Amino acid sequence: MNKFKKTILTVLTFLFVIGNVYADKIKIGTEGAYPPWNSKDSAGNLIGFEVELANELCKIMKHDCTIVEQDWDGMIPALVSRKFDAIMAGMSITGERMKTINFSQGYADEVASLAVMKGSKNEGLKTMSAINLSDVSANEQATLDVLGKAFKGKTIGVQTATIHQNFLESGLMGNVKIRTYKTQDEVNLDLSAGRIDAALAAAVAFTDYAEKSGKGVILTGPTFAGGDFGNGVGVGIRKGDSKLLNDFNAAIDKARDDGIISKLAIKHFGFDASM
Amino acid sequence: MDFDLMFTSLPKLLSATVVTLKLLSASLLFGLIIGLLFAILRLNKNIFINKFAYGYSYVFRGTPLLVQIFIIYFGLGQIEYLRSTFLWVILKEPYWCAIIAFTLNTGAYTSEILRSAFQTIKPGIIEAGKSLGIPNKIIFYKIQIPIAIRQSLPAYGNEIILMMKGTSLASTVTLMDLTGVAKYIISTTFKPIEVFIVAGGIYLFMTFIIHNVIKYLEKKYSFYS
Repeated sequence: MNKFKKTILTVLTFLFVIGNVYADKIKIGTEGAYPPWNSKDSAGNLIGFEVELANELCKIMKHDCTIVEQDWDGMIPALVSRKFDAIMAGMSITGERMKTINFSQGYADEVASLAVMKGSKNEGLKTMSAINLSDVSANEQATLDVLGKAFKGKTIGVQTATIHQNFLESGLMGNVKIRTYKTQDEVNLDLSAGRIDAALAAAVAFTDYAEKSGKGVILTGPTFAGGDFGNGVGVGIRKGDSKLLNDFNAAIDKARDDGIISKLAIKHFGFDASM
Repeated sequence: MDFDLMFTSLPKLLSATVVTLKLLSASLLFGLIIGLLFAILRLNKNIFINKFAYGYSYVFRGTPLLVQIFIIYFGLGQIEYLRSTFLWVILKEPYWCAIIAFTLNTGAYTSEILRSAFQTIKPGIIEAGKSLGIPNKIIFYKIQIPIAIRQSLPAYGNEIILMMKGTSLASTVTLMDLTGVAKYIISTTFKPIEVFIVAGGIYLFMTFIIHNVIKYLEKKYSFYS
C-alpha cells in the first residue's frame, strides 16, 4: 500500500511540475518558408531573423518558448484556435488582420517590390524608386499608371493571403491577372520557369532567392510601402491576451534599445530593417 | 458559427464547383480512353507490352497523386529544354498540368479495373460466340467490352468518387477549384470551419449524385433484370 501511495504522489508531483512548466511556456508560430524572415536549414531546423529574434524576446520576457511551424494560409486561424500563442512570420500589421487578432508594435519593416526575369520587357521600368501608398501624390499616381500600362493583362504571382495580394486586388495597378501560391518558394519557381510574367513580394524575398538559386530574377519598378502594405511587421497575438501583448511590447522596446533588433536585421537582411 | 458567411460564400463556391466538374470530366474521359488502352495491352501475350502496361499502372498507383501533380507542374517546369519546345504551351498552364496528372492517375486505376473485368468473363461466353461463327473482332467489341464495362461499374463508380475528391489537389497548383476558392475565402475571413463545411457539403452532394447514377446503371445493365 505504501508503495502505491508513493507512486501516486510521484505521478501527481510530476504532473504538477509539467503543468507549471506549460503554464509559462509560450508557443510561437512561424512559416519557415519566407527567407530571410524565417526559413529552414537543410536539417529542417527553423532559422532566420524572426527565429533568432523570438529567442531573444523570450529571454527578455523570461519565458520558455517553443517555435512551431505552420503553413502561411492557416496562420491566423491556427492562432485563434490556440495551436500557438503568438505569430512571428513576417506578418505585416494591417487593418484587415486587426479585425481578427491584435498586433504588438512593429519590430521590423521592409518594402515590397515587383520582380521579373532578366530579359523581360518590363525590366528596368522608368519609375520613381519608392512610393508610399498612405498618401498618393501626383507623381506616385503617375508611377502607378506606368505600372498599370506595363503589366496590363499580365499574370502576376503572389503568395496567398498576403499584403501583396491585397494590393493587386485593390486595382491600384490596373487590370492584372493574379495567380496565388501557397508559398513564396512556389512563386519564385513559377517566375523563373516563365509561367508568370512578374511577381510581387518583399524585395528581399527575391534578392535572397536570386542570390541562392543563381536564377536571373531582378527587381523592377518602385518599392512599395504604406496603404495595403501595412505598418511594419509585428507579433500577432490573440484578442484578449493583453498580458502577453504587453510582455511582447515591453520586450521589443528593450530589444530595440539594446540594439538587438538592428544587429539581427543587419545579419539577415544585409541592412537595418528594424523599426 | 457565422451562418451569414456560410450563406454568402455559397454562390462563390458553387461557381468554383464548375471548375472542379470540368477538371473531373476531362480527366475521367481521357482516363477512360487510356485505361481501356492499357487494359487491352495488359491482356496482350507479348511480355514486353504486358510489362510496359503493368509498369505504368504500378508507378501511378504506387505514388501519391499530390507527388504526381507536383512533378508534372513544378518539376517539368524546371527543365529548361522543355520550355523551348511546343510542349511548354500545354505545360505552362496549371489547368492542363492538373488534367494530365489526373488523367494519368485515373487511367492507371481504370486499366486495372477493366483488366480484372475482362478476366472475369467466362471462357464459355467467348466460345459460344466462336461456335456461332462470330469473328473475333466482333466478339471483342460486342461481347467482351460490354460485359467488362458492366462488371467494372461498381469499382469504376468508386474510382469516379475518389477522383472527384482528388481534384481538390488542383488548388495546390494555383487553380481556383472548389477547394482553392474555399481556401481563398478563408484567407480573407480567417474562418475555416464555416467555409469548409459548405465546401464539404458540396463535395458530399456530388458524391451522392455520382453514387446514385452508378447504382441506376448497375441495375439497368444487370444480368438478372
